[in-house]
Amino acid sequence: MKLMACPLNGPRNISEFICHGEFHNQPVPENTSDKDWADYVWLADNAAGVVREWWCHTPTNYWFIAERNTMTDEILRTYPSDDLGQSKETRS
Amino acid sequence: MVLALLKYGLSRRYPVREEIPRTPDLKKHYDVVIIGGGGHGVSLAYYLATKHGITDIAILEKGYLGGGNTARNTTVIRSNYITSQSIKFYAASMRLYENLANELDYNLMYSRRGQLTLSHSDGVSRALRLRADSGTFLGERNEILDRQQIKELVPSLNLDIEGRPILKGLWHPDAATARHDAVAWGYAIRACDRGVELHQKTQVTGLTLDKNKVTEVQTNRGNVSAGAVVQCVAGHSSVVAGMVGLRLPIRSFPLQAMVTHPVKPFLDPMVSSTALHCYISQSARGELVIGGGSDPYELYNTRSTLDMKESLAASALEMFPFIGDLKILRQWAGITDMTPDYSPVMGRSPLANYWLDAGWGTWGFKSTPASGIYLAQAIAEDRVPEMIRPFRLDRFETFDLVNEMGATAASH
Ligand SMILES: Cc1cc2nc3c(=O)[nH]c(=O)nc-3n(C[C@H](O)[C@H](O)[C@H](O)COP(=O)(O)OP(=O)(O)OC[C@H]3O[C@@H](n4cnc5c(N)ncnc54)[C@H](O)[C@@H]3O)c2cc1C
Repeated sequence: MKLMACPLNGPRNISEFICHGEFHNQPVPENTSDKDWADYVWLADNAAGVVREWWCHTPTNYWFIAERNTMTDEILRTYPSDDLGQSKETRS
Repeated sequence: MVLALLKYGLSRRYPVREEIPRTPDLKKHYDVVIIGGGGHGVSLAYYLATKHGITDIAILEKGYLGGGNTARNTTVIRSNYITSQSIKFYAASMRLYENLANELDYNLMYSRRGQLTLSHSDGVSRALRLRADSGTFLGERNEILDRQQIKELVPSLNLDIEGRPILKGLWHPDAATARHDAVAWGYAIRACDRGVELHQKTQVTGLTLDKNKVTEVQTNRGNVSAGAVVQCVAGHSSVVAGMVGLRLPIRSFPLQAMVTHPVKPFLDPMVSSTALHCYISQSARGELVIGGGSDPYELYNTRSTLDMKESLAASALEMFPFIGDLKILRQWAGITDMTPDYSPVMGRSPLANYWLDAGWGTWGFKSTPASGIYLAQAIAEDRVPEMIRPFRLDRFETFDLVNEMGATAASH
């Protein structure tokens, strides 16, 4: 069993979680071209290495951020999305 | 006899011939450089050489020939998709496969055994009916079977799965399997016969750009320049595309499979269940090949998990309860390049001389001949043929997707 540390519920079986993909800032629809919007919807960095993603603990419907290494299958850090703070990357 | 054996062993003509030439030194320039020596890379090289007379080609493979997903897939070949774009493309690939062993003069163990896709709900039965009709409309053979017909076709199948009784089946008699390694070997041998160079243990580490063109391909064995560069690297599509600053609509997930020890033949068709996320076929050796859906989260790592093996075994047992005593002989994973619409991304990139063959996810083995032949035509004529235009990268910009999610999920 692989464990993931949920910021709300503590360590739980990873089968209780769903990965919702890379964290991206949503561009403001009014100031975004159709192409940039399509890129935001479809494209992914799909990095081989450390990634920052949205995850959800499904029994409690709690959404949070996880940092993982996609080469080694290690979970490095999990934290509430509020903690993203100033470090939010902007990508449009 | 001993003497004869010794004489043969020491003879200069032994082994009879080296089918795949040893990796030569890299030249400074090639007309075409293909990144990735899986089935798609070697098939492309073969058709560039045979159909278009382009033979100054280097295939750069970081590991060994066909050691990626080509060697890891469960070899389902079929055309029973749902959109006309896909059905035409995969049907063309099946037709090429049917004659491929003859054409390559190489035994691919192509075996037409048919595929039965099961439905356990009215909704899925309707979807299967639509797939059957879409295929039939385009000249492909498909049929909807009722429970009695399913029983006759696969007497060993448990129709009364608790909570999920089997209602209908989509029968696709022309579906087939083939020996995956042999497909890569056959194409590679015949391409190399015509002067194509296969460079194994040659990893592409970077691509040099000048404005809108790739001018140099960097490898661990030196740099080369090329007229055209094509990436055919499956699970590593985003990583290689990243070398030219390109982001793709691709996410890389592991896909796991396993085989049991061999038993007497009892299962002729391939059987696939949409609701159980599991499909089974029996190999020519008698092993049961069992596969299912992708892993739940993205990774560039071919580790296996007990969770996935347990769920595959549980689903297989629902369909064939008597296989409970069989032992798992081997299990493995490959990294699949999944797209949002379960269709490939192939053809031009935004760069002038850089071509894409990506997004083959869990469905690219059956496409090996067609991807090669149509991409070869596109590169040789600098014009993308009608057949593969629906799979262009910029379909995502116009939300012009080719959605095969329902027709792919557990059946590959
Ligand atoms: C478990 C499993 C089951 C599957 N079942 C089916 C099925 O039943 N039917 C079906 O149609 N498809 C199936 N697939 C999908 C199919 O295997 C693939 O889509 C197909 O093999 C892709 O072929 P390819 O030549 O593009 O990729 P690969 O065979 O993976 O070849 C790509 C090559 O690129 C090389 N490479 C990567 N990066 C670099 C670099 N930087 N430099 C040089 N070389 C590099 C790799 O080493 C690799 O050999 C399955 C896949 C898996 C994993």
